[in-house]
Amino acid sequence: MSGVAGKKQKTKKSPGIELAKCPTGIAGLDEITKGGLPRGRPTLVCGGAGTGKTLLAMEFLVRGALEYDEPGVFISFEEAAEELAKNVESLGFDIERLSKQKKLAIDYVHVERAEILETGEYDLEGLFIRIGYAVASVGAKRVALDTIEALFAGLSNDFILRGELRRLFRWLKEKGLTAIITAERGTDTLTRQGLEEYVSDCVIVLDHRVVDQMATRRLRVVKYRGSSHGTNEYPFMIDEHGFSVLPVTGLSLEHLATSERVSSGILELDAMLGGKGYFRGSTILVSGTTGSGKTSVAAHFADAACRRGERCSFFAFEESENQILRNMSSIGLDLKQWVKKGLLQIKASRPTMLGLETHLVTMHKEIAGFKPRNVLIDPITDFEAAGTHGDAKAMLLRIVDFLKARQITAVFTSLTAEDSAPGSTDMGISSLIDTWLLLRNLEQGGERNRGLYILKSRGMAHSNQIREFVLTDNGAKLIDVAIGPDGILTGSARVAQQAKEAASDVVRQQAREAKRQSLAHKRTALQARLKALQAELDAETQTFEMEIKQEGLREQRAQAERLRLAEWRTAKAKSLKLAKGGAK
Amino acid sequence: MKTGMMHARAAARQARSRKESKKVPAIGTPQKIEHWELRLYVAGHTAKSLAAFANLRSICEEHLAGEYHIEVIDLLKNPQLAKTDQIVAVPTLVRRLPEPIRKIIGHLSDTEKVLVGLQLRPRGLEGK
Repeated sequence: MSGVAGKKQKTKKSPGIELAKCPTGIAGLDEITKGGLPRGRPTLVCGGAGTGKTLLAMEFLVRGALEYDEPGVFISFEEAAEELAKNVESLGFDIERLSKQKKLAIDYVHVERAEILETGEYDLEGLFIRIGYAVASVGAKRVALDTIEALFAGLSNDFILRGELRRLFRWLKEKGLTAIITAERGTDTLTRQGLEEYVSDCVIVLDHRVVDQMATRRLRVVKYRGSSHGTNEYPFMIDEHGFSVLPVTGLSLEHLATSERVSSGILELDAMLGGKGYFRGSTILVSGTTGSGKTSVAAHFADAACRRGERCSFFAFEESENQILRNMSSIGLDLKQWVKKGLLQIKASRPTMLGLETHLVTMHKEIAGFKPRNVLIDPITDFEAAGTHGDAKAMLLRIVDFLKARQITAVFTSLTAEDSAPGSTDMGISSLIDTWLLLRNLEQGGERNRGLYILKSRGMAHSNQIREFVLTDNGAKLIDVAIGPDGILTGSARVAQQAKEAASDVVRQQAREAKRQSLAHKRTALQARLKALQAELDAETQTFEMEIKQEGLREQRAQAERLRLAEWRTAKAKSLKLAKGGAK
Repeated sequence: MKTGMMHARAAARQARSRKESKKVPAIGTPQKIEHWELRLYVAGHTAKSLAAFANLRSICEEHLAGEYHIEVIDLLKNPQLAKTDQIVAVPTLVRRLPEPIRKIIGHLSDTEKVLVGLQLRPRGLEGK
């Protein structure tokens, strides 16, 4: 029975099925590698100095021990165990405790060329025994070798070393250990000693480059035998929680789209957006020149969100939290109450303080921790200061994807140059934006007023009109602009135009009244005439009818006369006949 | 390990009694009066480890008769010692005394090199 069951299991594990994977537990890396590193095989992690190789290896082991109950062995060729423990302590890894719990073993392999002399043949069985002993002592499933190339510095016989390394990797595979082998990046090759020739199942390259004085860390899976993987360069960062990779260049475009609507916080703006406001989970861009009221529009949205009882994250890159609270209270928005209630979180930082990736990761973490349904970024244009244009765009793309995947409604503000075309795509991200509001400064009649219009709004009927955007003590208002002979009128020009229109209204009304009165007169006159005519008609009719009557009477009389005459004639003839017959 | 040690000692004693009369002072060995403590790390009884031991014994006999002590450590039996003594390659010969510690790896076939490694011969005379 058991044999049959065993066979069945074996057939299930046919090689056609996806490779067994060993989750690293490192945020993002498992997503890129679609499950983790190849289980029971060595993975090569290469990169220059200070790229985070040791940390990646250590986190792989620590996470394995803590989250997957897979003890690990760290063979360090560069740092002593105590140093290593101290270095990663700052990242929240308690190596000492893990060692005591027998979940992690560290062995520092120190090879000092100066005190070693080579005579004749040798092998690295000593190293094998040490690894084997450490593995056995904790029952390890994971091994990290950091940085095995140090052996090349300590021992001079390359020939033996290479042969032994090949044997070592084979040995690790045979033991079914999932291993990370770190190596220094070479000038032309991935690793200085060409280790990629020996470890070819999975190769990850770490990079730490400085572009425009901004340092960014990147990770790339160069190779993953027997598995698909994300091939891009993914930014990553190292912070107090360890390593995190950001695989968020929109691996897929499968965002949900609800038809739920959320208020923009400005009544008239909602009315312009089909009467209901933005779509939930959509991305809104508010762009405009300096002082056009972008932050205010965004703050209204935050206020409305908090009023609905939803959490909202506000990432500010130009003003401090206090500054925002004060400035918004001047237009009647009490954001402080939401901060106090824990619904609004304002994170203010200088864009240049951190690299783009760090910003991105910070945001990720903030959002993952606070779980807001709404996010404001004010303004996104500042990211260009923290990286190149292309980088900033790529980052925004990542943010948008990240937020969309979580159905978070996002309002970004963007600063446009005063002289740029109103529809110019500020960061080249217009295609990512669902609803785009444009704020413009309208200069007219010695005044500067704000105008707002909707450049686009996907999936909803929206107003095509320009409204005047007015900031009052009780929040922002949108007012219908006046259309004058020279186009739209705003500010006092609008007021003047409206007064003028009101005045001409009065005149028109008076004229109308006069007309109405004359019409009434006319009507009375005509009605009088109508009466007279009716009377005349009645009289005529009467006369006519009388005449007809008389005519009838006359006719009757004539008829009677004719009858009488006829009778008379007949009687005369009878008497004549009678007279003739008497004579015979 | 113990057996290996005993074996080495006995061999040394034997050799001493045998060669006492015609002992030739080694070239450039001012530390002769000191006690030499040597450890040979091997992994099992392989041809390499046996060769290393044989080579070591003959070198010691020739240059350090009566003043040395060889301890053979089989790492297969005592794997934990590989860590404490920082052994990577086998066979490894460690000169524990006199200080400082010196390590010689390989099967010790090149006597001249071993002598230099043990600092029984100044480096300059290596090629001689």
